[in-house]
Parts: sequence; C-alpha cells; structure tokens
Amino acid sequence: MRISALVIALAVAIAAASPAAAERLVFALSSHRVLINSSFAGAELVLFGTVEPNGTVRQNPSYDIVVTVTGPRQDVVTRQKERVVGIWVNADSRTFTDSPAYLAVLTNKEIDAIASQETLRRQQIGIDNTVISGDSGGVVNNDPFRAAFLRLNRQHGLYREDRKGVTFLTPNLFRAGIQLPASSPIGIYRVEVKLFLDGKLLASQDSALEIVKVGFEQFVAAAARDHGFLYGLATVTLAIMTGWLAAVVFRRD
Amino acid sequence: MEIYLPIADLPVNVFLVFFMGLAVGFISGMFGVGGGFLMTPLLIFIGISPAVAVASVSTHIAASSFSGVIAYWRRRAIDTALALMLLAGGIVGTTMGVWLFSQLRAVGQLDLVIGLSYLTLLGTVGLMMIAESVRAISRARQGKPAEIRRPGSHMWIHGLPIKLRFKQSKIYVSVIPLWVIGFVIGFIGAIMGIGGGFLLVPALIYIMRVPTGVVIGTSMILTLVTMASATLMHAATNHLVDAVLALILMVGGVIGAQFGARAGQKIRGEQLRLLLGILVLLVGLRFAIDLVIRPDELFSLRVEGQ
Repeated sequence: MRISALVIALAVAIAAASPAAAERLVFALSSHRVLINSSFAGAELVLFGTVEPNGTVRQNPSYDIVVTVTGPRQDVVTRQKERVVGIWVNADSRTFTDSPAYLAVLTNKEIDAIASQETLRRQQIGIDNTVISGDSGGVVNNDPFRAAFLRLNRQHGLYREDRKGVTFLTPNLFRAGIQLPASSPIGIYRVEVKLFLDGKLLASQDSALEIVKVGFEQFVAAAARDHGFLYGLATVTLAIMTGWLAAVVFRRD
Repeated sequence: MEIYLPIADLPVNVFLVFFMGLAVGFISGMFGVGGGFLMTPLLIFIGISPAVAVASVSTHIAASSFSGVIAYWRRRAIDTALALMLLAGGIVGTTMGVWLFSQLRAVGQLDLVIGLSYLTLLGTVGLMMIAESVRAISRARQGKPAEIRRPGSHMWIHGLPIKLRFKQSKIYVSVIPLWVIGFVIGFIGAIMGIGGGFLLVPALIYIMRVPTGVVIGTSMILTLVTMASATLMHAATNHLVDAVLALILMVGGVIGAQFGARAGQKIRGEQLRLLLGILVLLVGLRFAIDLVIRPDELFSLRVEGQ
C-alpha cells in the first residue's frame, strides 16, 4: 500500500519534471563574473539563448521570453519626511526585508501581453508582481512606502523593466542585454529565463552571475567595513604623519 | 580629475575638494581656529552625507591640530597637566558623542540633529562675531583704544572642590569645570565634526583664567586627542571615515593653514572678522533653508546592516 503510493508519487513527479515533447531552453551569458573598478560606469552583459523544439512540431509558434535578474537580498529602511513645527524631519518608516538589491525584468513585449495577471503574479514576473515583504507582508500596490521604494530604486537604475529587452534574432534564437549600473551592489545575481507560449509557461532555466569590485577604492571600502578598528588606526596614523610632515616642512623657527 | 570616494560612495573632483581644504585651512590659519565648523558644512553642501562628512573631518582636524601641537610644543607653550585634566573629560565626551551619533543614525534622525546643531552653533557664533567686529570697527573710527577685556572676577566656579595647582599656567583651580569643559567639547565635536577650539579657547581664558600664552597649545592637545579618538570610534562602530576624502582635505588644509597664518599677521583683524562672521552666519542660514523648505523627495532609502 505504502509502496504503491510512493510509486505513484514518483511517477507524477517524473511526469511533471519532464513533460513529454516540450521545448527546452538553452542560454549562455557573455560573462559570469563582472569586475567593477574605480572607473566603472556600468556594464552590459549579453545573454544568448535558443528554444530547442525537442520533438515538438508547431506551426509558426510565437514564443515569449522573460529574463529576470535578481540581485543579492538586503533589508532596506524606507523613510518618509514630514513637516514638524516648520522643519522637515524623518517621521514614518517601513523596512523591506530580503528585498532584491537589483531587479531587472526583460521581455520581448509588454509583460501584460505575455500571460494572464494570475500567471504573472504566481510566477512573480514583473516588478509589481515581485513579492517584496514589508512590515505587514504581502503585495499591496497602493502602499506609498512600497511605491516610493520602487520609484527610488528605478531612479537609481537598480530596478528596471524593459519590454524591448529581449529580441528574437530568429524565431528560436533570442538575445537579451542586462544593464548593470555603477551602483550595482556586489554579490551573486540570479538569472532566470522563462519561456511562454500563448500565455502558458513551457520551460524555465536558471543561472547566476557574480559582481566583484576590485581596485584601490574597493580595498579601502572593504577594509573600513571588515576591519573597522584597524582601518581607524591606519587613518589616524595617516593624519598624524600628515600633521608631522606639515610641521617639519613649514617650520618657521 | 574625478576620484571615487570609497566610503562616501560618490565621485568628486579632486581639485574641488583640495581647494576646499586649502580655503578652509587658510581661514583656520588666519584666525587660529580648526576650521571643522566650515569644512563639515561645505562637504555636506557638495553632496557628501552628513554622517560621512562629520567622521572624515575629524581625521582632517586631527592632522592639522597635530602640526599645531608640534609648533607649540617647541615653544613650550603647552600646560601638560591642564591638558590631561581636559582630556579626562574629553575622552568620555567623545565616547558619549559617538554613541549618540550611532543611536541617532539608527533611528534616522542624525542628519536632522547635525543640521539643527549647525544652525544653532553657526547662527550664534556668526552673530556674536559680527556684533563684536562692528563694535571694534566703530571704536577704531572714533579713535578710541581697543577694549582690553579682563578675566572675569571671582565666580562660583572657583569655589568648587578638588583644586589643583597648574604650575605652567600659574592657576589654582578646581578640576571639575575642566572635566565638564573637556566633556562638552568632546561630545559636540564627535557629533558635529568640529575640534571646538573656537569655543574652548574663550572658555579657558574667561572662565578658567588660563594665560593666553599657553591656552592655544593646550587646547590643541584636547582637539588632537578627541578628534583622533573620534576618528577611531567612528571607524570602528559606524564605518563612516573616508580615508581618501580625509587625506585630500588634510593635505589642502595644512598647506592653506601656513599661508593663512602668514596673511593673518599682516592684515587688520576687524574687517576680516566681520567677513568671517558674515560667512559663518550665511552657512548657518543655508542649514536653516535646508530644514525649512519642502524637499523634492520626501522618501529616502537606507540599506540596513552596512
């Protein structure tokens, strides 16, 4: 009894994992590692992919591709200024926990035209459908803090939606450009590609890229963050040396 | 030439920052003040966050006060015992100041407190300087001799216990007001990024009756130690000290101070003090405007745990 249940469960799992005769997605990134140095003004990574028919026969299928790049997770406090006795002070605040530091959604047409609202929400496709949990949790689109959080991140180029971000070179070969602004935080970025046909998810594929900062500035920033006390000692020594040098060079008596 | 400031997290023009260091150094050399009360606001106005500005200017002031300390040490114009008593309060004040700084930052009110403190301090000091120099100018016009201020008569402060004799200064005073003065200077210095010399020197002269010959050298010791420990504490707790920014500022600052000191010996003081007073008041007003006008963006983001 128990064994037969297990066999059925296994069969169902296999069936779900590899549906017979469905398209397969294959893609590659131009680089899996982005080095940011002091003159870094942003970068563009290129993603190429193909839709493998894998035994399916369709008449002029119009595939849709959604590329979602999600940066490392972080907690962000969003504060709102209010006027208190004539001066503007930070009053209310909300913390967004585990929100992506970077979020890019690239598609070959309007997101709304790819699948139904329900599917988009379930698959978390598009910035508005991505769950960014605040103190109260859940997706509430009319919340002013969430709206401000998304707006500021869009302004900084960290959150972006591009309905022309994916282009089909042939009916089966596509290309996507991933824009990374200079302020992109370091860490592991998840790259997820989803294939849709007539509003249905056919396949999806995952990869990752890493952003690493290099150079003198990064060395200083890392030292300040990881070895605060030693960094402080070094800075004070620098100040003492400069002061001493000035006293020697400009000695007047 | 643009350079990326690693902690302030923004690109700046090296020559602009260097020139600011030079200009503030010139003014500080001319008037014998540390210049932190001008340097920190200037950095805030070019877009560096108030927290990073305060922490980095502390380093800059440590450098300029150290070269001052060496010069006064050579002339034996430092009362070491008096400096140690001030330091006892100063270190405690700095520690408390950095602690409050971190607390205010955590609740998102640091920028507000820095703005309000500067408005109060610069407004008061600017008005006092303008009033004093206008009086001096009108006296000079009427041909009267400059007013000689006498140290205040016997105050209640001199009745306090735990008295010590400070040989070099030739004063016999209670250490309690010295601790309090050191504490206050260290405390506001850590929060505002100022050495506090322009408050400390008058306090030592008029309240403690320290002779003018040793007062500047002695107060520079307090400035040096409080600013060096503020740098260390800001670096260890808040990770806000931008060494690259501080280095550009201190190089500009020490060079400017030399020219300022030479110029200060040649130029008549009253008009210049009037100009400095107006400048200080204008910087204070700028803080007032920033606090009162409606900001373009009411929302701000801050990543936690950085």
